[in-house]
Amino acid sequence: MAPVLQSSQPWVEKYRPKQVKDVAHQDEVVRVLTNTLETGSCPHMLFYGPPGTGKTTTALAIAHQLFGPELYKSRVLELNASDDRGINVVRTKIKDFAAVAVGSGQRHSGYPCPPYKIIVLDEADSMTEDAQNALRRTMETYSKVTRFFFICNYISRIIEPLASRCAKFRFKPLSEEIMSSRILYICKEEGLHLDSEATATLSSISQGDLRRAITYLQSAARLFGSSISSKDLISVSGVIPAEVVQALLAACKSGNFDLANKEVNNFIAEGYPASQMLSQLLEAIVEADDISDEQKARISKKLGEADKFLVDGADEYLQLLDVASCTMRALCNMPEEFSYES
Amino acid sequence: MLWVDKYRPKTLDQIMVHEEVAQNLKKLVSEQDCPHLLFYGPPGSGKKTLIMALLRQMFGTGAEKVKVENRTWKVDAGSRSIDIELTTLSSANHIELSPGDAGFQDRYIVQEIIKEMAKNRPIDTKGKKGFKVLVLNEVDKLSKEAQHSLRRTMEKYSAYCRLILCCNSSSRVTEAIRSRCLNVRINAPSEEQIVKVLEFIGKKEGLQIPAGFAARIAEKSNRNLRRAILTFETCRVQQYPFTSKQTIPPMDWEEYISEIASDIMKEQSPKRLFQVRGKLYELLINCIPPEIILKRLLYELLRKLDAELKHDVCHWAAYYEHRMRLGQKAIFHLEAFVAKFMSIYKAFLIATFG
Ligand SMILES: Nc1ncnc2c1ncn2[C@@H]1O[C@H](COP(=O)(O)OP(=O)(O)OP(=O)(O)O)[C@@H](O)[C@H]1O
Ligand SMILES: Nc1ncnc2c1ncn2[C@@H]1O[C@H](COP(=O)(O)OP(=O)(O)OP(=O)(O)O)[C@@H](O)[C@H]1O
Ligand SMILES: [Mg+2]
Ligand SMILES: [Mg+2]
Repeated sequence: MAPVLQSSQPWVEKYRPKQVKDVAHQDEVVRVLTNTLETGSCPHMLFYGPPGTGKTTTALAIAHQLFGPELYKSRVLELNASDDRGINVVRTKIKDFAAVAVGSGQRHSGYPCPPYKIIVLDEADSMTEDAQNALRRTMETYSKVTRFFFICNYISRIIEPLASRCAKFRFKPLSEEIMSSRILYICKEEGLHLDSEATATLSSISQGDLRRAITYLQSAARLFGSSISSKDLISVSGVIPAEVVQALLAACKSGNFDLANKEVNNFIAEGYPASQMLSQLLEAIVEADDISDEQKARISKKLGEADKFLVDGADEYLQLLDVASCTMRALCNMPEEFSYES
Repeated sequence: MLWVDKYRPKTLDQIMVHEEVAQNLKKLVSEQDCPHLLFYGPPGSGKKTLIMALLRQMFGTGAEKVKVENRTWKVDAGSRSIDIELTTLSSANHIELSPGDAGFQDRYIVQEIIKEMAKNRPIDTKGKKGFKVLVLNEVDKLSKEAQHSLRRTMEKYSAYCRLILCCNSSSRVTEAIRSRCLNVRINAPSEEQIVKVLEFIGKKEGLQIPAGFAARIAEKSNRNLRRAILTFETCRVQQYPFTSKQTIPPMDWEEYISEIASDIMKEQSPKRLFQVRGKLYELLINCIPPEIILKRLLYELLRKLDAELKHDVCHWAAYYEHRMRLGQKAIFHLEAFVAKFMSIYKAFLIATFG
């Protein structure tokens, strides 16, 4: 028989805070929820913000702290985008769950157990507008006995009538100091050594996403052993090396189209993500002293367009080539308009 | 068996091109808490080969005993239930599939399969539960909805089910998914590396390879290892012993596009556009993906053009490819690009030569 691998959780799960007070950097929501733990009262909540900032963690932690392991199943319903959340589900599943009475609020084996149920709708931004509309009624009907937690990356995708019924909390990208302290904590637990440069690098390449930082850290630990340098972290992170960005920029400055085309071809063959190049190109251009504001504006405009097109699924090579061509024309002061329009 | 399959390295130690990545992967799975992985890189660069060798590293030769199944999923999509058919490859420890093939329904597949895997975890003799690996190919073709539905699932079931995702274009994979994986970039092999692989195969096959022959194949392969090996085998079938002057056969469709490019350069008229449309259809019918057609056409045109026109043309290629992505009928956009090119080129000719 094939060997069975023991399952154990990746570090991101292992180091997911179990208590609200351990959620870092999101002070406002932690304050409100700490209060909830004392008084038992809780409004409907809407958490929004970029990936890996603690939204799911916070919602699960408060639910566990309120009800404890025994009652959790009967009091908390977690629905995420992997569950079917069409209108029918909203109508039936949530109703069925909400309709069963909870009895009076009495502490139960040390947990507050307030007299309502919690429905966590994670990744709510991927629910259809119709399904969200159907929720409005449900929320009102059962408002006495349920609290909704909506979680999403983009608040603009939540319909206004739902959003306005909730206390809204924006989860901020984690600051570099907070990241560093969390990283150092994990290093201590895992017996890793990171020098201060490596810690700073890890905080900055993760761009406020702690989940990413932890994944990089674990990968680097597996690959390079317990002493990890800044270079090791960059190599697992997929950040494009500065030389590669500079090479493309230099090709654009040269005014030689074929040269730029060759660079773009190479870049694609190396397998780097074009979207990442766009952000790093933007940084390089904005910081450059020898590029005029007008040139910067021309290039930035194009970068924005290409980024949108990539999200739409456009081809990476063609978009990047177009960006390179536009950058070249801007840097070499060629006219913005094409000459042979008809 | 084709050489591409016959000489696909089976273990991480046999990997010839991405030795370093292979060794790293070995370390990565030395403990059982490895994160989800996302492999990305250009076509024919060796992603699949690495993934298969990795599975073997994790589960031993059992991972190679795969069965191919055509499965039907019944999913309950609100008011009605739909049947989705998909081919899966599975062993005792892993399942592999390309959910993008399910089109708009891909979301249901990824929802169902992971939950199902979590239910059927392998159990060892001591009653301990292990985890399974789910390999998802072409995740860049997954709809946004399907990608969203993976997010929480990847976290929730991470103890039971490890994901290995594979794609060409990581820009098309949402930030939230990328943030949940260790991203492994697989670059296209260099021409020298390709030569090394070809020479290795030649030796195993007992072939005499004239100097510079493998290098010429590598040069024409566009750094695509699969393509290089296929071409090598075609050459072997066409003429052996090899001669140093032997032509490296180009792909039929590439030659055909080169013809289209010449047609367009020679005459810019509605009549010519009509003829070209027929040829484009021909390519599409033969399952050449439309973006590949457009890119190849651009490549041919750029070779023939004056520097000042190149900017215009590459811009319009990017413009129409994007519209093609959003639209439904590729032919409209391919033809629109050709028409646009004709009009620009004609205006250029008139301005230059009167
Ligand atoms: N504020 C935080 N404090 C402590 N750990 C955190 C915090 N934010 C994220 N983490 C770590 O990152 C992991 C992912 O966090 P979480 O699942 O809460 O992200 P999220 O905000 O829900 O992201 P997404 O929008 O991608 O779902 C957690 O398991 C935890 O290890
Ligand atoms: N490291 C290697 N050493 C020797 N040969 C290799 C190696 N990697 C790949 N090959 C050969 O190249 C061929 C293509 O590789 P593979 O199928 O892994 O590419 P891929 O990256 O999955 O491509 P695609 O994105 O087009 O699916 C294989 O059939 C194999 O013969
Ligand atoms: Mg989350
Ligand atoms: Mg493949």
